[in-house]
Amino acid sequence: MHPIVEREQLSPNVTRLVVEAPRIAKVRRPGQFVIVRKGPGSERIPLTIADNDPDTGTITLVIQAIGRSTTELTSMQVGESISDIAGPLGSETHLVRSGHAVCVGGGVGTAVLLPIVRALSAVGVHVTSVIGGRSKDWVILERELSELGDVVTCTDDGSYGRHGFVTEALKDLLEAGGVDAVYAIGPVPMMRAVSEMTLPYNVPTTVSLNAIMVDGTGMCGGCRVTIDGETKYACVDGPEFDAHKVNFRELSDRLTTYRTFEQQAMDKLGACATTEVKA
Amino acid sequence: MTAPESHAPADNGALAPSKPASNKERMLIERVAMPEQPGAVRAHNFGEVNQGLTYQLAMLEAERCIQCPKPFCVDGCPVRVNIPRFIKFLRDGEIAQAAESLLDDNALPCVTGRVCPQETQCEQVCVRNKKGNSVAIGYLERYVADWAQANMDKLPKFEPALTGKKVGIVGSGPAGLTAAGELAKRGHDVTVFEAFHAPGGVLIYGIPEFRLPKDIVQAEVERLKGMGVKLELNSVVGRTYTIPELREEYDALFLAVGAGLPVFMNVPGENFKGVYSANEYLTRVNLMGAWNPDSQTPILHGQRVAVVGGGNVAMDAVRTGRRLGAAEATIVYRRSATELPARAEEVHHAKDEGVRFEYQVAPVEVLADENRWVTGLKCVRMELGEPDASGRRRPKPIPGSEFVIECDLVVVAIGTKANPLLTGSAPELKVNEYGYLLADEYGMTSMPGVFAGGDIVRGAATVILAMGDGKRSAVAIDSWLNGAWPPPPESGAKKPEKEAAVAGN
Repeated sequence: MHPIVEREQLSPNVTRLVVEAPRIAKVRRPGQFVIVRKGPGSERIPLTIADNDPDTGTITLVIQAIGRSTTELTSMQVGESISDIAGPLGSETHLVRSGHAVCVGGGVGTAVLLPIVRALSAVGVHVTSVIGGRSKDWVILERELSELGDVVTCTDDGSYGRHGFVTEALKDLLEAGGVDAVYAIGPVPMMRAVSEMTLPYNVPTTVSLNAIMVDGTGMCGGCRVTIDGETKYACVDGPEFDAHKVNFRELSDRLTTYRTFEQQAMDKLGACATTEVKA
Repeated sequence: MTAPESHAPADNGALAPSKPASNKERMLIERVAMPEQPGAVRAHNFGEVNQGLTYQLAMLEAERCIQCPKPFCVDGCPVRVNIPRFIKFLRDGEIAQAAESLLDDNALPCVTGRVCPQETQCEQVCVRNKKGNSVAIGYLERYVADWAQANMDKLPKFEPALTGKKVGIVGSGPAGLTAAGELAKRGHDVTVFEAFHAPGGVLIYGIPEFRLPKDIVQAEVERLKGMGVKLELNSVVGRTYTIPELREEYDALFLAVGAGLPVFMNVPGENFKGVYSANEYLTRVNLMGAWNPDSQTPILHGQRVAVVGGGNVAMDAVRTGRRLGAAEATIVYRRSATELPARAEEVHHAKDEGVRFEYQVAPVEVLADENRWVTGLKCVRMELGEPDASGRRRPKPIPGSEFVIECDLVVVAIGTKANPLLTGSAPELKVNEYGYLLADEYGMTSMPGVFAGGDIVRGAATVILAMGDGKRSAVAIDSWLNGAWPPPPESGAKKPEKEAAVAGN
């Protein structure tokens, strides 16, 4: 069992949970994830490890409530325990060692970006984080990122920071030149747009793919993605890949496999969960 | 589940058969039939197909064994169960002793009594098979094992002298659990590491409820825990721990992680929605309970399911598809009926449940609609040429014979291969060109004190062959821990002659 020791609401539907998982806290590397199962009967879901503290034996999970399983997890309170956490899984991020890196985060993807920014900053890379949300309330982790480098914050409605999408801010940075690497993590359309934007500038770009998974060890093949025309497993070969080689269309499509089921599951959860998310 | 809680004449008032006086009389008794749920009924539920023998049937069948002085059946068994001994105890009304005898030889008899391909092992070499039908050894094993599971309190308490030696076992499938039981029996301190949140490996995620109820597997694991075996779940060795780390903490290791990686067909359209590996399909349904509509884990319910492959896993998948509501469930197999690698009973059960078989057919493309949902499987007909390395006739496509099997779900069950996750964490572990671990005749890998068995050594095979490896390696590990290396030749640690492995479990 993994007790929750800290809980924080980061945005209307994004929650930060700090949970006990001593072994994972000791060995995890940036870019790796865990498979979480809340309790008997719950689904196994992959979640990127946003942070770890080997001394206290805890890991940080930042979860966006989008379906029944994530809503149930984000509704958990300090003192409650998650039944199963397996990991750390996946390969660690391939980090550049010097120069200027631009890290683009959309929504909850910003949380996945944080450990990468931290690792880049630690080896002396100059980092510019470009983060966004639909409005001010949806921007997360701005303070933490600003401690590690420059931050450009964008909102779709202009209620905070720069008005517009993260890709527009990225374009300005690319135009200015001197960008050695781009890391982009967020919704698939955002990652795809970033990838298309960096391609003509020939800037190496890494994305983290949130494919559907069951085991996270290469056993089910459900997370298969096409990279440069070849089938790869996001769980063991990734989750991070060279953006310019990813078949994003296929990924977006496969992510809709259980849409009907997910809608029904949310309907079952009913009004109480909606209240929970808004709270 | 129909575990016989009491071993006595059943409620219908019939008495046990009168004792035959001679082997001549025994030879006249016909083999009993396994009571099963009718095909039309069971095709729509996940309840166990085989209902188990009644007391009368079991006693009658036990009388059929003529107690050969040199029993070939024992040689035919990968874990060398002393078959005539437990059958004799049963026949003599000493079921507790029959159970004790069986459990002494076999760590998971409730499992093997259900899933072993007896027709190619013990029952094939039974002398009664020469004229008529073999003794139904598998049915009797299940009868005794189920009684034992329901009556553990009637069996002697297990109290070995503890050695203080620590053994780490990676993988809680049939090989790992068998080794765990054998090593605990010898007084060693055993910890089993399992990547999933539940123990059992393929017994839990792969083999469906209707063939091997999950409460049976759980009870077998509980029995091992009662013997002192510890389980560490959610531990992915290769990620959570490395082999060198574990090697430092344990006096010996046994690696039994299976051949976990699914093989796909490598045809266009394979990533459309509605194409599953058998691993994913069965794991969602079995481990995650997606057969139950209340489960939080989703599963696609095909109306027309095509399953590619002819092994036990393919049969499990196609019968699962039928139970999840498919009006049409079809096996697509590239060779003919005679080459089907699945157990005869599974094929027979599948047919009874209305499964269609398309023989000598190979998929060339998965077809889909504009939303990329599967609509069909384009196939080509095959002719069988000369025998290949496996001795089976090699299938060749017939040009121009393409046709489409209309379906909305495709499950690929054409085998599995080694998962590099574990072996990749220890470069000093030697593997062959396919990534399987190299082990010597005692099951020891290239790392001293690190043993391996099951599918990660032999490639995809059966539950019982994996259990045989687990048992042999446990004997070898015991010798290693006691400083009596190499194990004595009569210890049973020696690898048997190369067995014909069949695809799937």
